[in-house]
Amino acid sequence: VSSASPPPAVRPLSPHLMIYQKQLTSVLSITHRITGIVLSAGTLVLVALLWALASGAGAFQTLTGLLATVPGLATLMVWSFCFYFHLCTGIRHLFWDTGRGLDIKTVYLTGYAAVAAAVALTALTWGIIIYG
Amino acid sequence: MADSTTPRMETRLGRVRGLGAGGGTHHWWLQRLTALALVPLSVWIMVSLLALPALDYSTATLWLAQPLVAVFMLLFVTVSLWHMGQGLQVVIEDYVHAMGYKFLALVLLRFTVWFAAALATFSILKLTVTV
Repeated sequence: VSSASPPPAVRPLSPHLMIYQKQLTSVLSITHRITGIVLSAGTLVLVALLWALASGAGAFQTLTGLLATVPGLATLMVWSFCFYFHLCTGIRHLFWDTGRGLDIKTVYLTGYAAVAAAVALTALTWGIIIYG
Repeated sequence: MADSTTPRMETRLGRVRGLGAGGGTHHWWLQRLTALALVPLSVWIMVSLLALPALDYSTATLWLAQPLVAVFMLLFVTVSLWHMGQGLQVVIEDYVHAMGYKFLALVLLRFTVWFAAALATFSILKLTVTV
């Protein structure tokens, strides 16, 4: 008995992805996934921050010092947008899971609402940080 | 044992090779359940962090030393890591097709998530439990 599976057949691909016009539905779908990947990295940074807190003031100051630099703050801004975006589009997914809001009109309405809410919450957050 | 009258969405060969869909409903449910829990936990962490007067070492440690804060932080980090494991698993399954690399990536993902959960849990407890 051979345990090796047959080599995958090399088949021509039918035209896909590149030939389609961008739509809100597909763009939000892939952005939900990309922001999820970014947030995964962000969660590991949070774990590192907790580890640094438990290790002592020196370790914590080193890590927060890195985050307080211009590239660090830019990363935090991107992270915060990903956080709010994934939260808002995630709530939209949970709403869909109840079988509601799946018609095209509502899909577009909730899609634009999720993007607007994510932008507004990101702006509000950094407004509080900078001016609060 | 599944009786022969039960319809199955996989061929007999696929079942023998273990390549059929397995535990998909359980994965789907846990992804939703962790997502649902993360909605209030996300609001909690953002509101709490923004309400802190500063983010220096002494403020952060005093804040985390409070029992309820420690418990909510434990929940936020562990449920986030669980949700991250569920989500990245799907990303790996969608884009990594070579069986060897896919297996390796899925094992590394779970090991990373478990290690991070253990590290975060220990760190939070160290800050809040005084002996």
